[in-house]
Amino acid sequence: MSLTLFLILCLNGLQYGLLLFLIAAGLTLVFGVMGFINLAHGVQYMVGAYLIFAFTGLTGHFGLALVLSLVTALLIGLLLEYVVFRHLYDRTHLDQVLATFGIIIFLNELAKVLFGPTTLSIATPEFLSGSIQLTEQLRYPVYRLVTIGVGLVVAAGLFLTISYTRTGMLIRAGSTTPEMVAALGVNIKQLFRIVFGVGAMLAGFAGVIAAPIFAIEPGMGDNILIVAFVVIIIGGVGSIGGAFVAAILVGLIDTLGRSLATELLSFVFNPSMANQIGPALASMLIYILMAAILVIRPKGLLPAKGVH
Amino acid sequence: MDRSLVIGALIFACLLAMPVLLPLVGAEYLTGLLIKAMLLAIAAISLDLIIGHGGMVSLGHAAFIGVGAYAAAIGLESGIENILVLLLLTLVVTGGIALITGALALRTTGVYFLMITLAFGQMIYFTLTSLAAYGGDDGLTLWSLATFFGSDIVQNRGGLYFVILAVLFLSWFGVYRISQSRFGRVLRAARDNPQRAEVMGYPIARYQLIAYVIAALIAGISGLLLVQHAEFVSPSIAAWQRSGDLIVAVVLGGLGTRNGALLGAFFIVIVEELLSSVIHEWRLIYGPLLVLLVLYAKGGLNDLLTPAAQKGR
Repeated sequence: MSLTLFLILCLNGLQYGLLLFLIAAGLTLVFGVMGFINLAHGVQYMVGAYLIFAFTGLTGHFGLALVLSLVTALLIGLLLEYVVFRHLYDRTHLDQVLATFGIIIFLNELAKVLFGPTTLSIATPEFLSGSIQLTEQLRYPVYRLVTIGVGLVVAAGLFLTISYTRTGMLIRAGSTTPEMVAALGVNIKQLFRIVFGVGAMLAGFAGVIAAPIFAIEPGMGDNILIVAFVVIIIGGVGSIGGAFVAAILVGLIDTLGRSLATELLSFVFNPSMANQIGPALASMLIYILMAAILVIRPKGLLPAKGVH
Repeated sequence: MDRSLVIGALIFACLLAMPVLLPLVGAEYLTGLLIKAMLLAIAAISLDLIIGHGGMVSLGHAAFIGVGAYAAAIGLESGIENILVLLLLTLVVTGGIALITGALALRTTGVYFLMITLAFGQMIYFTLTSLAAYGGDDGLTLWSLATFFGSDIVQNRGGLYFVILAVLFLSWFGVYRISQSRFGRVLRAARDNPQRAEVMGYPIARYQLIAYVIAALIAGISGLLLVQHAEFVSPSIAAWQRSGDLIVAVVLGGLGTRNGALLGAFFIVIVEELLSSVIHEWRLIYGPLLVLLVLYAKGGLNDLLTPAAQKGR
């Protein structure tokens, strides 16, 4: 295998990892702050992808469609919070799982009814299409590079907000002792709503930037939600830093594993054997990683302090 | 008189009479629906042992149905015909996998446990889809089915309905007996107050692991029966949405109650059948219906059928 291929795989892995981070960040904050387990978070990713599809169709302009999609994703998140989720905060995790499962069923079916069951795709925006020369032999699509950059910027922004702003301080305090924060006169419900809306918008944003790369289809959020759970378990629930490290780790291992597992196995087994085991092993890699980390550190790599 | 026992007995009497009654009204096609409901009920009853009594919310239970089904299907493909041998194979494979994943998952509790079982379930699902030799994503049609020492009593044209009914009865009775035994009480103690149970000298992790494995074994058996009934197996039976359906059945029926999982499973299958006969996009109604049931019907179906004095059974 050439170094060029390896570099491309690493960049793809990094990009996938950042995408996972955008989803896992909202999920882990919502869980860390509110103790609320939201299975429907993955659906927000799907919503984002369908929104950018619909709005680029309507406006014909990617930038405008991006803004409209983000605003709409935020509104849908807040609407769901208002109609359903706020009634579930003091319920058991089981009730939360059940109700959000119902929302997944509804929104997946709605996407199927509105846009049809087949996969859709949108073109990469004009000004970001094409590729640039990174090294002598390596050309890489501009769009993917831009998503990596944007992902890193959002991650840094999120980290700075949580660490150094007043809202971030309240979020951290709220995740440890919500009663105390409320007693000090902070409107904790408002805080919940902000965290929830931002989380939904981040997942929607992930869907928007993924839309030109992956296929848009009903149920696309379900699988990525489960990988986001793996990220959260590895990183430690409620921890933004942990989610970042774990997301990059999972993104790299998954991408490299899928491309290299068969090749590496063929050193040990004969080719036909390697061809059979390779793909199965590759899809299991991140779960094996999760199991291994659980054995070593049951609370995850960088657990948040004082999460219930 | 214990009303839940009466209701349970009534349900089983109805199920026993159905193969005679349905042809009289020309509704034999409903037999398939009943089998579907019974298979779901077997798995739901097993899940209730760990969710209802053990307080361990597993969101990967359908994976064990898949493991059991694939163990049986692969056994059949390799020429094993005897259902008892296949049963043994199913139990060994399902039990082994449950022991490993359970031991790892039980290092955590609460919502971590939920996410980990979900992740392991998904891992099993993807492993099944990558079994290219056995149909991969598309699944596998089975041309030869298991026999009971050469008799077709365990096949659709024989008495598979009654075999499944018998397994359902044994699961229902067995899980209830387990829950009333000393083992079941320790399990509930570990659910309600793990520290105290631990201090009293019970190795609760071991109890929980045993319960987890028992539940997986029962789910595996329902997978074996599913293969016999459908004469087909595909990874979709292990998808995480199926695990979600099982949780819906358990919670809607009533957690940790004698008939809860049974009622819940039949409720789901009937509602799905009714809604889908009215509107093709029935999930648009089913999803919000679930949300409403969670928000407004707290105790589950079992609550509606149980007088206040007997609540909590």
